[in-house]
Amino acid sequence: MAIKIQTKNLNFFYGTHQALLNNDLTVEENAITAVIGPSGCGKSTHLRVYNRIFELYREQRAEGEVLLDGQNILAADVDVLELRRRVGMIFQKPTPFPMSVFENVAYPLRLHYKLSRGELSDRVREALIGASLWDEVKDKLKASGLALSGGQQQRLCIARAIAVEPEVLLMDEPTSAIDPVATLKIEELMVTLKKQFTIVIVTHNMQQAARISDVTAFFYKGEIIETGATKQIFTNPRNRKTEEYITGRFG
Amino acid sequence: MKKKTIFFRKSADRLVRIASGLAVAVAVAVMFWIIFTVFRHGSAALKPSFFINPSKPYGIPDGGIANALIGTVFITFGAAVLATPPALLGGICLSEYKEFRRFNATLRFAANVMMGMPSVIVGLFVYTSVVVPTGNFSGLAGSIALAIIMFPVIMRTTEDMLGMVPYALRESALALGLTRTRTTVQIVCRSARKGLLTGILLALSRVSGETAPLLFTALFADRWPWGYFNQPTANLPVLITEYSTNSPFAEMHRAGWGAALVVTVLVLAINVATRIIFREKKHGH
Amino acid sequence: MFKSDSFFKWLCLASAALIGILMLGFFIQLTVSSSEIWQTYGLGFLASRDWDPVNDHYGALPSIVGTLVTTTISLIIALPLAFSAALYLVDARPLIGEVLGHAIDLLAAIPSIIYGMWGLFVLAPLMQDYVEPFLVETLKLSSLPVVGKYIGSDYNGFGLLTAGIILSIMILPYICAILRDVFLMTPPMLRESAYGIGCTKWETAKDIVLRYGIRGILGAIFIGLGRALGETMAVLFVIGNIMDMPENLLSGATTIASTLANNFPEADGLQRSALFALGLVLLTMSFGIQILAQYYLHATSAKRGEER
Repeated sequence: MAIKIQTKNLNFFYGTHQALLNNDLTVEENAITAVIGPSGCGKSTHLRVYNRIFELYREQRAEGEVLLDGQNILAADVDVLELRRRVGMIFQKPTPFPMSVFENVAYPLRLHYKLSRGELSDRVREALIGASLWDEVKDKLKASGLALSGGQQQRLCIARAIAVEPEVLLMDEPTSAIDPVATLKIEELMVTLKKQFTIVIVTHNMQQAARISDVTAFFYKGEIIETGATKQIFTNPRNRKTEEYITGRFG
Repeated sequence: MKKKTIFFRKSADRLVRIASGLAVAVAVAVMFWIIFTVFRHGSAALKPSFFINPSKPYGIPDGGIANALIGTVFITFGAAVLATPPALLGGICLSEYKEFRRFNATLRFAANVMMGMPSVIVGLFVYTSVVVPTGNFSGLAGSIALAIIMFPVIMRTTEDMLGMVPYALRESALALGLTRTRTTVQIVCRSARKGLLTGILLALSRVSGETAPLLFTALFADRWPWGYFNQPTANLPVLITEYSTNSPFAEMHRAGWGAALVVTVLVLAINVATRIIFREKKHGH
Repeated sequence: MFKSDSFFKWLCLASAALIGILMLGFFIQLTVSSSEIWQTYGLGFLASRDWDPVNDHYGALPSIVGTLVTTTISLIIALPLAFSAALYLVDARPLIGEVLGHAIDLLAAIPSIIYGMWGLFVLAPLMQDYVEPFLVETLKLSSLPVVGKYIGSDYNGFGLLTAGIILSIMILPYICAILRDVFLMTPPMLRESAYGIGCTKWETAKDIVLRYGIRGILGAIFIGLGRALGETMAVLFVIGNIMDMPENLLSGATTIASTLANNFPEADGLQRSALFALGLVLLTMSFGIQILAQYYLHATSAKRGEER
């Protein structure tokens, strides 16, 4: 399979505190890569480098290389706005914008593209269908995004992210605030979405990683301890730390 | 899909960033301009005699502000003395007596609304309810007017400060067998005392430059403020008003600036002190 | 023991109730004291343009118009400045943000009489010598079609425009401080998701933060409006205190508060009643605005509670 993202020798700092240590990771195209590890191990931090969202905070700094299709996205001349269009992100909690369901999806489209009215509503519909939300919201496109249920809100955020035709979707514990039934729905959705997108998901939930991901990376104290096919990691981990973690001895 | 040019979006962003930097610069520059003007004109008036002599009628040389300064101290402290006890009790009511929930919500709302009421209205109110019945303008009437302005400020800050005291403290005091009154006064209020002081100082700094309510209550007089209880009483804000609007003399203007400087320094000093006390409190927790 | 407990409780309640009594007292007293004018003119008092103590004729319109116009000018100037300054403060480096934040808070603490004095001795001459000649003679605003006659061509530094500017400087720190708090209330994750879809800072601010905090922003506007509406001293010194209907932005005028401050001490009879009536009008306007402000600010704090 083709390589979509390659991280080389990535180090990350919160002020003077180093949070990531020489991370090397390869993310394959059209696959789901799960990032697991105990709280505070740097898995979210690692993810937040891929769309340079960490730059919102002055004291945070990344060193090293993150190659997206061979181009280093940490280079100064990379356009961050375009990068964030190509690399979408879903957060721990659903974050619908304070506007209607339709506008939530149309807003990023308008931001990045010149579209006629007709094209715009076609695009919104496609994105909502893509996020398997269309059937539930087609009659309430004008309702506030905040009026939907938690699971629906999160799928709305996914629709919002995929509308602008990104290449990569970053998911930072996307189901941590959502009930089990809705979680299952989102997991199914992710498996469908990987045909079109490259997905990197940070998760606390090891069953989730085992169920949906193709590749798993185990983080511990800012280092990547082990990477491999999900099956191998969960059935036959090479590293003792990994084994201890997946068998629930700490975490 | 046709892409939008990022250039225009970024230019708009850059423009707004420059504009907001400028907005801050304008606000801060105006502030320094005002303070600088007050210091420059005011410092010219500052001589020892300025603080020792009382004000004198138009045209008579060697006038000072001593009477107005003392009068202002009388009036504002009088206001604090009048306002603080009921305001603290009122704040306790809002924060501690949940059984009056509904009533408290109304009163809290009333206090918030009162904080935004024009001070000139308070002047009218006190004129009719104090000056007219007693038959004379007085420093005390001025104090009452300022106390009415201070009251909701202290009451609301007291409520907020008491609200920050952990609930467990109340429970453990009650569990020891203390009465509710004792718990409230000796435990809750005591542990929030710096916060309560902050509220009082905040209210003081807010009223110590108030002018409009004093125009109809304390008025002004070129004499020492010993007649605080039943005579018009000199005070700095009204002195500033009189000297700068009703006088053609440059000397009066200078004295007005001197008084303005004193008021500004007074208000800013109380304000900064409040912040320091409150910061200590926050760090203490 | 329990007796003293309940005594203290009722004492507290009585003290708190004082605030409600005071508020009612304001309304009752101003209504009673102004009854003579309402009996003489009825509501026509509000629409009458005359203020003529010699013939004992009184009308509220010039004062009301002056109040509304100066308040509007001050909001037009202060709002965009406060909004963009607050945006800057929220995103500034922690140290700079804190220092500037304190500076703006201190600006809010300066008594209004100082603004008035500065307006009288610094701003008004400046307006007369530079700003107003520039507006009238260089830009020739007064010869514009339609709007020209509302701007006017006679100036002396005092008037509605100068008063509006002073008010805007006064209310700027208030609005700015509230807006900053409102902006800080936006959940970080919501801001991040706006940036996450490729918004610029400005787009995030105007499309997400602004919409999210719209109620708090309205609250801030009403608080500023209330301040400007009832301000006496800052306006009194620079408005010109002309009791006629103002013809344009540069003409001298009066506001309710400055009419009160100027005329009350010497007034008696029907004029005094007219002044109380003006006070009642101001009280009612402020009351309405404060209720709106509290409604919107309260709604935001309730929302904030949910978020936690």
